[in-house]
Amino acid sequence: MLEIVHLVKKFGPLVAVDDVSFTVPAGEVLGFLGPNGAGKSTTMKMIAGFLAPSAGTAVICGHDILAHPLAAKRQIGYLPEGAPAYPDMSVAEFLAFIAHIRGLRGARARRRIGEIAETIRVDDVLRQPIDTLSKGYRRRVGVAQALLCDPPVIILDEPTDGLDPNQKYEMRGVIRAISPGKAIVISTHLLEEVEAVCSRAIIIARGRILADGAPAELAARSLYHNAVRLDLSEAADADMAGQLAALAGVRSVERTSDSEGAGLWLFPRGPQPIIAEVAELVRARGWPVTGLRVERGRLDDVFRAITSPQPAASATLRDAA
Amino acid sequence: MRRTITIFNRELASYFTTPLAYVFIIIFLVLGGILTFFAGNFFERGQADLQPFFAYHPWLYLVLIPALSMRLWAEERQSGTIELFLTLPIRLGEAVIGKFLAAWCFAGIALLLTFPFWLTVNFLGAPDNGVILAGYIGSWLLAGAMLAIGAAVSAVTKNQIIAFVVTAAFTFVLTAAGTSLVLGIFRDWAPAWVVAGVAAASLYRHFNAMTRGVIELPDLIYFVSVIIAFLAANAILVDLTKAE
Repeated sequence: MLEIVHLVKKFGPLVAVDDVSFTVPAGEVLGFLGPNGAGKSTTMKMIAGFLAPSAGTAVICGHDILAHPLAAKRQIGYLPEGAPAYPDMSVAEFLAFIAHIRGLRGARARRRIGEIAETIRVDDVLRQPIDTLSKGYRRRVGVAQALLCDPPVIILDEPTDGLDPNQKYEMRGVIRAISPGKAIVISTHLLEEVEAVCSRAIIIARGRILADGAPAELAARSLYHNAVRLDLSEAADADMAGQLAALAGVRSVERTSDSEGAGLWLFPRGPQPIIAEVAELVRARGWPVTGLRVERGRLDDVFRAITSPQPAASATLRDAA
Repeated sequence: MRRTITIFNRELASYFTTPLAYVFIIIFLVLGGILTFFAGNFFERGQADLQPFFAYHPWLYLVLIPALSMRLWAEERQSGTIELFLTLPIRLGEAVIGKFLAAWCFAGIALLLTFPFWLTVNFLGAPDNGVILAGYIGSWLLAGAMLAIGAAVSAVTKNQIIAFVVTAAFTFVLTAAGTSLVLGIFRDWAPAWVVAGVAAASLYRHFNAMTRGVIELPDLIYFVSVIIAFLAANAILVDLTKAE
C-alpha cells in the first residue's frame, strides 16, 4: 500500500535521508524510531508530498507522489510534526474545512466529524478556537484531521507527544482499532509505544535504516533477551553465583544491586530458556530468593546500541542473535 | 474549483475572526474620509464628483494593502500550517488563487463600505455615476494588483513585518514611477522610450486614467497581467521556499 523507493534528501552538504526504502502493506502499523535529527520527519514530509526528494520516490496505493501528487495525497492522512492547525478556527470549523477540501460535504461531513470527534475525544471542545486548546487537545485535533476521511495510508508524526499517560493509552487504542486494512506509519521517541501498537519497527539514525523487524524480534537482539533475574533478600555469596554459573545453560552470572534491590542476572548460553533449571537449583538449595523472572529483552537497550555513534556500544548487542 | 472556493471561504472568514478586518475597515474609512474632505478640498472644489476621494487611494493602499497581504503565506509558514495545507489534496494554483481572491474580496468589501461618500455627492449634486463606477473598478483593480504583489512577497518570508515593509516599498516604487516627480528625474537624461516605459509600468498612471471615467483596454490588460504575473510568481516562490 505504501512503498518507499530509495528516498534521498540532501540539504546542501547534509544528507538528511540516505537511501531509505521500505514497504508497508495493509494492516501493518510501522513504528519509525530514531534519535532527534535522524531523518524521521524529513522522510515523512517526503512521503506526504511536502518536500521534494533529492532522489527516489514514494508510491501510495499505486500513485507516485511525484508524478501524481493529487491522487497520492487523496490516499494519505497526515499529521505533520508539531500538529499544526489554524489557531483562529474552532475545532469544528477546522475539521469541516479539511472535510470539504477532501470532498466530503453536507450531512455526510457532519456525521463523520461527529464520529471522529467522539473516537479521538475532542467532542467536548468542538466549538472552541484551536488557540485556546491545551497541547494534548491540539495533538488530538491533528490526529482527528488525519483520520477524518478514512484514508488507506496514515502517516502520523509523533501522535502521542504532549498527551498524558491516559490519553496516550487511549490514542494507542485508537490506532490499533483503525489499523486493519490500513498502512500506518507513526514516528515516536517512546519505545513502549512501539511495543504497544506497532507490528513492525524501523530504527533510523543519521538518515539510514539500521534495523527493521517486529518489536519482539528487535528486543531479542538485546543482551537481556531470555536472561533470568533473581531477586535476593540479601546480597549473593560467591558460592551461590558459582553454582548458578555451573548450570549447563548459563553462560555468565552478573551481580547487581539496583532500584529493585540486590540480585543476580543469569545470561543464557543459547536460545533455550534457562528458567526451569535455575528454579530447580534454587529450590534444591533453599536460597533466600524473593523473585524470579525472565527478561524478554529491552528495546531501549537495542535502540541505544544501534543508534549511538560510538562503536563500543554495540558490544551490548548479542552477536548474530 | 470547489476546493478553491473552500480555501477562499476559510481565508475570508479568517480575516473576520481576528480584529484585523474591523481595524482595517475602520482605518480605511476614517483615513479615506480625512483625505477626501480635508486634504482633497472636497467641498471647496464645488464639484459633485469623487475625484478627491479616489486620488488618494494609491497612497492609502500603500499602507493598508500590505497589511492585508502580509499574512497570506507568512502566517502559514510561521505557524507550520503550510505543511498541513500543502499536503492536502489540492493543487498549488488552487491554494494561491483561493487566498488571493479572499484578500481581494475583502478589499472589495472595504471599498463597498465607502458608499456614504457616493451617497453624499449624490445628495449634494448630480455627479456622473458612470465616472464614479469606473473609479471604483479602477480602485479595486489597483488593490488587486497590489495584493498580488504582496501575496508573492509574503510567500518568501515567515515574518509578517518583513512582508509588510517589502510590499509597501515595492508598491511605492511602482506607484511613484508614474508621478511627474519621478518622471521628471528620468526626463532630464533618459531617452523618451525609457520615460514612457517607466510611466507605463506605473500603477498610478493606469489607475488615474480610470478615475477620470475612461476604462480602456490597455489599462485593464495592465492590471490583469500584473495580477496574473505575480500570482504565478507566488506559486513558484511557495514551491521553492515552503520547506525553509
